[in-house]
Amino acid sequence: MSALAGLKRWETLLFAVLLVVMTLNGIESKYYWGVGNFVNLFQLSIEKSIVALMMAFIIIGADIDLSVASVMGLAACVMAWTFQQGAPLPLAIVMALGAGVLAGLNNAFWIAYVGLPSLAVTLAGLIGYRGVARILVEDRAIGGFPLWFNTLGQQALIGPLTLSIVIFFVLFGFFALLLHASAFGRLVYVVGSNIQAARYSGVRVGLVKTTMFVGSALVAALAGILYAARLGSVRGDTADGFELDIITTVLLGGVSIFGGKGNLIGVGLSLLVILNLRNGMGLADITGNTQNYVVGGLLILSVLIPNVYQDIQNKWKGRKR
Amino acid sequence: MNWLRRHVRPEQIRELSLLALIIVAILIFGSLIEGYYSFRTFNRIASSVAIITVVGVGQTLVVLTRNIDLSVGSICGFTAYFVGTLIANHNGINPVLAVVISIALGAAMGVVNGVIVAWGRVPAVVVTLGTLAIYRGVLVDLSGAKTVTTDSLPQWLVDLPRLNVVPIGDLDIRALFVIALVIVVIFQFGTSYLSFARRFYAVGSNPEAAQLIGLPMKRIVFVAFVASGALAGLAGFMTLARFGNITVEAGRGLELSVIAAVVVGGVNVFGGSGRVTGAMLGAIMIGILEQSLFRVGISEFWRDALLGLLILLAVASDAVILQRLNQLWARTELKRLETPAPAPAPGTPQS
Repeated sequence: MSALAGLKRWETLLFAVLLVVMTLNGIESKYYWGVGNFVNLFQLSIEKSIVALMMAFIIIGADIDLSVASVMGLAACVMAWTFQQGAPLPLAIVMALGAGVLAGLNNAFWIAYVGLPSLAVTLAGLIGYRGVARILVEDRAIGGFPLWFNTLGQQALIGPLTLSIVIFFVLFGFFALLLHASAFGRLVYVVGSNIQAARYSGVRVGLVKTTMFVGSALVAALAGILYAARLGSVRGDTADGFELDIITTVLLGGVSIFGGKGNLIGVGLSLLVILNLRNGMGLADITGNTQNYVVGGLLILSVLIPNVYQDIQNKWKGRKR
Repeated sequence: MNWLRRHVRPEQIRELSLLALIIVAILIFGSLIEGYYSFRTFNRIASSVAIITVVGVGQTLVVLTRNIDLSVGSICGFTAYFVGTLIANHNGINPVLAVVISIALGAAMGVVNGVIVAWGRVPAVVVTLGTLAIYRGVLVDLSGAKTVTTDSLPQWLVDLPRLNVVPIGDLDIRALFVIALVIVVIFQFGTSYLSFARRFYAVGSNPEAAQLIGLPMKRIVFVAFVASGALAGLAGFMTLARFGNITVEAGRGLELSVIAAVVVGGVNVFGGSGRVTGAMLGAIMIGILEQSLFRVGISEFWRDALLGLLILLAVASDAVILQRLNQLWARTELKRLETPAPAPAPGTPQS
């Protein structure tokens, strides 16, 4: 009961923050309330948003995947490299997705079957996959993709929405159903809240974890390809450091880093808060650097505030008694 | 074999095997590269190892308590840049004061991490991922895109990295490496013999038990983060001395090499086991790879991929092999205890 009320309160709080941010942005700049600006606001970090959806599964499952940004870079580099070797681009894209699946399988093998901590394994992945990307591309920038590819990444597809935004909304719907209305989704929560209990009640924990980590890497690979399409060129450091923003979004959305708690509505709201905050700061001429550390501060506060709130509540109860 | 089991602990085997691996690596590189066994190679590796080692010692303390400090790269860069600016503006500053300021600045940033982790009950990954961005962001904002350049620094600082502290024949043991060695020795002895430092192990290996016997858990975790920050600050000073030219990008990504060194060095990411000397061996292993690969003709782009693989293998061998060894050791110990002790003579008063 109290946990449910707490969750509800968190989402309400996010919604209130969102309204405040949007109102302030509207006052700050007359360009804010325009379809163009909203599309732009989504488009500018759409790849991170896509990856955040799957990251929510992993953190709810009481794991973490630090390697997502490197998998994004790896996929983009595999695609660019294959294309540069003379293969047609569709084949290169399939290769890139395949690289993502391999990276995910590698993570999953060590985490689910050898039983290593996901923090250590995906940290090795963060360094290692980025390393493979660098081996492929070295210090070059590979571009010159066919026109249709760049158009797909940059131009509107349906109405004012680009392909990436459409993919995001489709995936959001799919993942929301998967997490909240399917047996697999329940298993994710069970594994995240009590892995021992899950094992004893016959849940195939290894399989659930494998699905999550392969899914995460596959989605990251897809996001990496979309990112390459949007930028039009690929370098070894493509998507470097994106994991911070992605994890921040998920935690700010009320997903507990200890697992078992959180939902996609919260993650969606926190995405909107962060995007609007960044957009508003951008419109107010605040640099990307400042935006970065505001987001870093948000990350800490999103966990700190509930803790402090709980402390105060406990003290209050103690005094009453 | 029994003698071995009685006198060598599994963790030490882990370190010895890493040492063996280092020797094998040196032999391989030595046979592939002409003139590899030279003092130049030694100096080059030693100065790259020194900074990672110093930060790695602090990281070891944090990891021992089941936490992690991802903000060390930003702390190191922050300190390097600000102390660099300070020295550039006040060339007459006392060297000792400069070092003290570096350490204090780093420690202050460690205090922020420690307070939020220990008393705010926010997981260390979250806190230090946040402060990684915050410290770096504040640095970039405050710097106004200026850089510290070598020619604005006083001569003693520019000469420091080449300062030869212990000349053994042609072999130089240079100042930065000596600093690292001193830090390792101090902390190795500290964590082995000081009761306060043993508590890092207690907190990490069994938090519930540590809580029950009344250890000040929060204070211990806090101290670990402050130490990590302080050492990262010292490393910032060393970075300044080594490179001279410091941009706001200084130390970026250092946390990855450091955590790699600590993990390769056999410090358990679940906390509670691992040694400071292990972290140094890990740093040396990585330093050798970094400074030798490109000389074999393997492009430097391979470094990260190999590093990732090395971390994975280190963690896996920790989990799988060390567990087996521990069981083996425990069984031997059990057998020793089970052999019947000579029965007390009848009539001896029982106390």
